[in-house]
Amino acid sequence: MLIFECPYCGVYADETELQAGGEAHLKRFGPGSDDESFEGYLFMRKNPKGVHLERWRHSFGCGKWFHAARCTMTLEVFGTYSAQTLEPPKALVEKIKAKRPKWSWREFGGAAT
Amino acid sequence: MSEMAQVMRVNARGMITLRGDLMSTLMKKSIKTVTGLGMPTSGQFLGNGTSGVAWMSPDELLLVVPYADVAKFVSQIDSTMKDQHYLAADVSDARAVFSVSGTNARDVLARVCPVDLHPGSFCIGQFRRTRMAQVAAAFWMHDTGFDVVCFQSVGDYVQDLLTQAAENAVGAAFYT
Ligand SMILES: [Zn+2]
Repeated sequence: MLIFECPYCGVYADETELQAGGEAHLKRFGPGSDDESFEGYLFMRKNPKGVHLERWRHSFGCGKWFHAARCTMTLEVFGTYSAQTLEPPKALVEKIKAKRPKWSWREFGGAAT
Repeated sequence: MSEMAQVMRVNARGMITLRGDLMSTLMKKSIKTVTGLGMPTSGQFLGNGTSGVAWMSPDELLLVVPYADVAKFVSQIDSTMKDQHYLAADVSDARAVFSVSGTNARDVLARVCPVDLHPGSFCIGQFRRTRMAQVAAAFWMHDTGFDVVCFQSVGDYVQDLLTQAAENAVGAAFYT
């Protein structure tokens, strides 16, 4: 069972209280962008085997969206953080890299061995 | 219904949803005017078995007041919050309310919600929005038990659910 601490209400919520929102930190390509960027924005998603940054919503709780870092293979949770940011906090990135040295954001990799 | 846990539907409980900047002085003043209470902190319920104020999210509160006073209180909030970015809505008839009490009360809720109801983790004055079996619900603990709220549209479902959970908790209680 996946359990995240909601950064807005402090509740330890299991996944049945949450709604998954897919890959985090996407850049929007809207009207005026070329077809390739628009297609990428709409459809192309990373699906790493290892630590992923995702959006989740505390839908049965406070209702807020937040970010989470978790391993898609072991379900290990590295942390959650605010939705009002464009990138993961430095401390969290360091925490992930300490355990998975080959991991880097956007490149991902560094699956549990 | 067992003697160990009582589930009762509470009719005509007044409730006001209040949204806005919880840090603002006018918001604090509004709560003080309506309930006589201060601003609750994250996950807190201030009040008793019939009235109070609950922290719903970083920008939302639930005021529990006498049913007959709702309209009066909403207009008091409207005049206090004038020109501010806020929302005060009468949600009394949008919600079903239940009281769950008795020695097995913790077990009744633990059977249907993914919440740690151990006395060391959840005690009087705490408030939690969560999933209750298949629907959204919230509950808080006061000095005589728990109050549960859910949408009126799923009120009958929650009534059956809690009643069944109360029967099943007999003899198999974990927290008593
Ligand atoms: Zn939350």
